[in-house]
Amino acid sequence: MSAATEIPAAVPDPAGMEPPKRRTGGLNAEHGRWAVYLIGPTIALLAIVIGYPVVSAVVQSFQLDQGLDKATGLFVQGGFAGVTNYVHWLGQQCGTTTCPPGSLGAQFWVSMGNTFFFTVVTVALETVIGVWMAIIMNRDFRGRALVRAAILVPWAIPTAVTAKLWYFIFDANGVLNHVIGQQVLWTSSEWASRWAVIIADTWKTTPFMALLILAGLQLIPEEVYEAGKMDGASTVQRFWNITLPLIKPALMVAVLFRVLDALRMYDLPAILTGGGGGSGNATTTLSILVVDQIRQGFNSASALSTITFLVIFAVAFVFVRFLGANVVQTQAAQQKGELK
Amino acid sequence: MKTTRAKVRLASVAGLAAVGLVLTGCSAGGAANTGEAKSGQDSRGPITYVQGKDNSNVVRPLIEKWNKAHPDEKVTFKEQSDQADQQHDDLVQHFQAKDENYDVVDVDVVWTAEFAAKGWLTPLTGDMAIDTSKLLPATVKTATYNDTLYAAPQTSDGALLYYRKDLVKTPPTTWDEMMQDCSIAKDAGIGCYAGQFAKYEGLTVNASEAINGSGGSILGKDGSPDVDTADAKAGLQNLVDAFKDGNIPAEAITYQEEQGRTAFEDGKLLFLRNWPYVYNLAKTDGSSKVKDTFGIAPIPGKDGTGASTLGGHNAAISVYSKHKATAHDFLEFLESDETQKFFATQGSLAPVVGDLYTDSELTAKLPYLPTLLKSIESAEPRPVTPFYPAVTKAIQDNSYAALKGSKSVDEAVKDMQAALTTATNSGN
Amino acid sequence: MTLAADRPRSVPIRGERADARPDVRVKRHTGQKLRTGVQAVVIAVWCLLPFYWMVVTSFRDVGFTFDATPWPTHVTLDNYTTAFSTALGNHLGRALLNSLLIGGVVTLIALLVGTSAAYALARLEFRGKSLIAGAILAASMFPGVALISPLFQLFTDIGWMGTYQALILPSISFVLPLTVYTLASFFREMPWDLEEAARIDGCTRVQAFRRIILPLAAPAVFTTAILAFISSWNEYLISSQLSSDATQPVTVAIASFAGSQPHQEPYTAVMAAGTIVTIPLVILVLVFQRRIVAGLTAGGVKG
Repeated sequence: MSAATEIPAAVPDPAGMEPPKRRTGGLNAEHGRWAVYLIGPTIALLAIVIGYPVVSAVVQSFQLDQGLDKATGLFVQGGFAGVTNYVHWLGQQCGTTTCPPGSLGAQFWVSMGNTFFFTVVTVALETVIGVWMAIIMNRDFRGRALVRAAILVPWAIPTAVTAKLWYFIFDANGVLNHVIGQQVLWTSSEWASRWAVIIADTWKTTPFMALLILAGLQLIPEEVYEAGKMDGASTVQRFWNITLPLIKPALMVAVLFRVLDALRMYDLPAILTGGGGGSGNATTTLSILVVDQIRQGFNSASALSTITFLVIFAVAFVFVRFLGANVVQTQAAQQKGELK
Repeated sequence: MKTTRAKVRLASVAGLAAVGLVLTGCSAGGAANTGEAKSGQDSRGPITYVQGKDNSNVVRPLIEKWNKAHPDEKVTFKEQSDQADQQHDDLVQHFQAKDENYDVVDVDVVWTAEFAAKGWLTPLTGDMAIDTSKLLPATVKTATYNDTLYAAPQTSDGALLYYRKDLVKTPPTTWDEMMQDCSIAKDAGIGCYAGQFAKYEGLTVNASEAINGSGGSILGKDGSPDVDTADAKAGLQNLVDAFKDGNIPAEAITYQEEQGRTAFEDGKLLFLRNWPYVYNLAKTDGSSKVKDTFGIAPIPGKDGTGASTLGGHNAAISVYSKHKATAHDFLEFLESDETQKFFATQGSLAPVVGDLYTDSELTAKLPYLPTLLKSIESAEPRPVTPFYPAVTKAIQDNSYAALKGSKSVDEAVKDMQAALTTATNSGN
Repeated sequence: MTLAADRPRSVPIRGERADARPDVRVKRHTGQKLRTGVQAVVIAVWCLLPFYWMVVTSFRDVGFTFDATPWPTHVTLDNYTTAFSTALGNHLGRALLNSLLIGGVVTLIALLVGTSAAYALARLEFRGKSLIAGAILAASMFPGVALISPLFQLFTDIGWMGTYQALILPSISFVLPLTVYTLASFFREMPWDLEEAARIDGCTRVQAFRRIILPLAAPAVFTTAILAFISSWNEYLISSQLSSDATQPVTVAIASFAGSQPHQEPYTAVMAAGTIVTIPLVILVLVFQRRIVAGLTAGGVKG
């Protein structure tokens, strides 16, 4: 194998013409054909398992839930609802009045706020701690394999068990209060309950970030750092100018998916606090609201799920567009962009 | 263009995966039959009994006994998880799918109205009728919706007041008396009273006990909300004041059943409102410090015995069942004296047959039975309404806010009334 | 953004070890080693401390569940025997095998399907690509809790209730978007130009892929495999509704652990089950890490 060659398109092109076609780049038609074979199974799977239920849920969100026929005492089909269900959530309309406290509609905006709060804080914490963990694990030291196995533990314990474990730790008479010597009501005070959820979630999912970032770090060869060191860069400078840009792809994917997951957080707050805390809703997330609503009426819950989906979609859109998560471009296009 | 070798490689790996799928596909898997609701009043045959986790191993022996006596109408036991919410959702899923394989289902007392209103339960009238004369009236009330009996009461549960008989000679009979006894608790350096106050179903139970015990009610006779009354406010105010005065320890706001039990067994509480299951554990747990120093009494109310909330389970027949006659006989089997006695002796589950509470064999095993009978006889069920999930949310949210001090009792009760109205008015 | 021309070589010259030449060999100062070691210990402790509490509780007598002593007291093996005892209807052993089977198949298929899609996204240009990539991402945006009812209805209608495929297919779909995007982002960073150069020099596409791209992508593929497996391992919502007694995975089995009394919460038994479920998984991953990654990488690359 000959020594590495630079790609032909490295030559600056003052005339702004297209870079020379790669020999195996192929025509779009051939690419298109291959794309069908390669991406087809993915799309098919997703369409059946996720696409169908989503469409079905959206369709149902325009139907009213069953109402009670006072005469017979039995439920009868609600009719077409138009956007009533959506107005119920977004405008807090329960029938003709504003939704009173104690009904689910009244909790919509609070839940939205809680969900965003959790997302921002947990993802920020997990990113910082995850990067740190990955950097340490990338270094060479004795027992490195054991540390890598250790960070898998939080992620590997089934979520239900983790939630029960933390419920147990955060109990008013649990081991945490025992160790810190205070009687903090972790599952009931407004901010303590929020931090309880954050701590439990961070503990559980930082390994996810750390693993992905570690994979990205492993792509960076030693020489890069050495070159940096020889140029006199300090550790911090090396981190900001070498490491961070080079792990950016892996980091972006990890953060993006963590954000999507955090916006759909359900298990931990549900089991730790039942969505309670504070005056009753400090840790209610949108998914908890959906589950509670499903028990009261599926069509309205479908509307809420659709709203949640649109919110998450908007967040992802902002993320991809403005924060530069490079998710669709091929390497060729990316490099083309770099030349400009 | 891929080379032949690569094609073979890819094909073999894909083939492996496909084989994996197929192999697992050939595993045991039940295809749920869906069917419309048939009358099937006379049809007999094998049935399935669906219940949540059988904690104390009572169901399997009972089913074995039935199967021996009815070899052509065997019962299969389908065991659900032990979380009430999941049991509820599982039943809903199967009913919505019109599953024929769920014949007799065990429903929590608060779900009966909801399932009946959705048309999923067979009314126990005519050929399907059962004899309710020997059953405790309160339990029959929980199985009745719209003046029709939809389920057969199976087991019951009522509240008990556990108290430290070394510190309090006679148990209090009214709430005020109990609050006065709190000075004894203060002197002994322990908490006075606790119940279940975390934001979950247990809070609805405790809140409705407080409200009902003061003469108020949550839903009126006609099923419409009627909680905005002076009596109801007084009941809730009792709890709020007790928190404020420290008679209920601050941490009790996080208590479910187990935390209260642990605190009581550790000697940290003078009075505890909890279910009968605590009795045996407090007497036999290695860690229990109150083994010989606790007694039981009915819970206190405004002027006398309070209104315990009724727990328990009913057994119902699905409308989609194909063998309703067998199902009906199975219900009667569940309510027979023998079975009820077995529930009590083997599983410590309170029977629904009134006479058994004074049966000597049972009281020897479960000394709390006579007290429990008093509790159940004066019990009020939680609101019997098809909108129960929304109703319980309305009660929980507002009671919790009142107990935390985020709202005044007046506000909380007003909001509760509004939320209950919303809940019971529409399908939303 | 660095110019492509200035982009450093991402692969060492074959046969050269990274630290062979003494003049560029990084001197490991004792100070740095110590700092690294301390931080490694902190990480391990942070990850293992709650797990430690789980293990301590699992060996604790159930009557002393809420004992908050930080070291083992009232030690007993009852919780483990209870967890495995089938008399009370707990089928943990069978559930473990189910989880392993489901996880294995899910990982295998997700990798196969996901790698193809990732390759297409990273290497091919075609119409509608943004739309498709967006659709794949959008599959991760819908609240999972709302999918259960329609899926239940669907699988009931086609008679798949309680079968393994009813558990495997949804798990694959949940993990596919992450798989595709992770692998795509790594594939984009690969030196395809090297692969093409190698092909020009006479290697077949497959040889070039295997010798150049795969060793570099190995950490990413392996990481994705772990994430897929553990994600399937953790899946509860769908499995609880679609599995039967025979096919239920550990998450469902643990959720239905019960005490011997109603209202009683068997924390100690649940903690025992959690321990039983976690340790084999970690060992499995450790073993696979050494084997697979070492096998895939051919010298000179960090594994």
